[in-house]
Amino acid sequence: MTPPYDPGPDVIEVMRVPAPGPAAGAYRAFGATLKGLRTTFARIFEGPVTIQYPEEKTPVYPRFRGRHKLHRFEDTGLEKCVGCSLCAAACPADCIRVVAAENTPEHRISAGERYAAVYEINLSRCIFCGYCEVACPFDAITMGHDYELADYTRSDLIFTKEMLLAEPIERTPLRTEDE
Amino acid sequence: MIPVLADIYYYEPWWIQIIKSLVIFAVIFAILPVLIVYERKLLGRMQARYGPNRVGPYGLAQPLAEIVKFAVKEPFRPTTSVGYLFRIAPVIAIVCAVTALSLIPFGPVENIFGTPVGLYGIDVSIGPLFVFALSGISFYGIMLGGWASGSKYSFLGAMRSAAQLISYEVSQSLALIGVVITAQTLSLTGIVRAQQGMWFFIPQCVGFLVFMIASFAETNRAPFDLVEADSELVGGYFTEYGGTPFVAYLFAEYASMVVVSGIATAVFLGGWLLPFGIHPPGWVDPFVVLAKILLVFSFFIWIRATLPRFRYDQLMSFGWKILLPLATLNALVTAVIVASK
Repeated sequence: MTPPYDPGPDVIEVMRVPAPGPAAGAYRAFGATLKGLRTTFARIFEGPVTIQYPEEKTPVYPRFRGRHKLHRFEDTGLEKCVGCSLCAAACPADCIRVVAAENTPEHRISAGERYAAVYEINLSRCIFCGYCEVACPFDAITMGHDYELADYTRSDLIFTKEMLLAEPIERTPLRTEDE
Repeated sequence: MIPVLADIYYYEPWWIQIIKSLVIFAVIFAILPVLIVYERKLLGRMQARYGPNRVGPYGLAQPLAEIVKFAVKEPFRPTTSVGYLFRIAPVIAIVCAVTALSLIPFGPVENIFGTPVGLYGIDVSIGPLFVFALSGISFYGIMLGGWASGSKYSFLGAMRSAAQLISYEVSQSLALIGVVITAQTLSLTGIVRAQQGMWFFIPQCVGFLVFMIASFAETNRAPFDLVEADSELVGGYFTEYGGTPFVAYLFAEYASMVVVSGIATAVFLGGWLLPFGIHPPGWVDPFVVLAKILLVFSFFIWIRATLPRFRYDQLMSFGWKILLPLATLNALVTAVIVASK
């Protein structure tokens, strides 16, 4: 039965089975079984869809929100973070701790007036919402692509500024345009 | 000599008998773990996944790892269980399954180094009857195991297996009667020889169908695995078993699948015969039989991957209302055709 207009690709075709009775019973016992056997047999030639995880990883999208990264200016090498604590204020999980300190001419760490003397993210509490990234006025903190964050102790999951600034080991493949 | 129990068609000296039984036993027991891993791999492929592939090359060493795991487990039993029955039940199951292996004909009588040897455990004049008798006894293994566990899940599983085995054994034996009438013999090698012209699964297609369906029920395989329905009965009759007794049950199940595949091969699929008049040398015969057994075994797995489990009332009504009349009709029609020739 075709509808009077073209419904487009959203409409799913419903398959009707025979009404209950001996004929339907015979159909289910043989016709439907054979159909099912064909379905399972066809899977053999399609091959598995399993991704062999530790060896083989699902590529992530560029906007994937993984572990955070802190950034430096590429030309001067100064930290972008000025210790304003806006990320800590925006954080709904309250997992960022920033302690700011003054820059001095002989001891200049960031480009601004102040810098983050302590910058810690407790990744065991982080919900990876990305609000810190949005809140940051200097793009000093961004979300990276690393999602392999398991560790043996909770204290190991508190990432310090040095760890966040360090060039991350790229363990996660990135999805290309056409994927 | 007047035979006391049954005629034995060809009787070798005792030492050949011992070597033969050792070879059959060794080959089948070496094949069983391979079959288990084969089932899991094939089942995986049918569900678009790999199956075990971590232990050894292609996961082939998986059963070895599992046997070690089971063997070092602590043997325990529930306080409510009946001690000696709880221990003896898996033994009954595995002994019956292994004994039935001796019936599978792997080839005719061959000359090996000038000594005539029958490539089968034993060739008796009551072949299928012997198999059914053993499958009837092996049911005690399940029944006693389930009852002696002293757990309600085990007990329910055992009860289900009792009802299921009684219902389906009738159809299974009736399905073979058509073949026995056509071949005019109860010897399994005789039945294979009677298939020289045409394998019995063509003229006896209804019987073959009924036999296969009843065999699924008989070996407690999907879609008739209500006996061990994990979603409702935890593990069925072997819920309380762990360690090696559990492996014994597992091996008994797979051995009985091999037996049923072997019987189906001998009775319906022409045993060691090859189609299109190909006559290979005698040493090929056992491999032909093994290949056919593997084929039937793969069919078991294929069905397991496809069909969901029956409901209990469906199981009963299917067995008694469809399978039994079909098997009876098949036997009757065959009898009429054979008599009118």
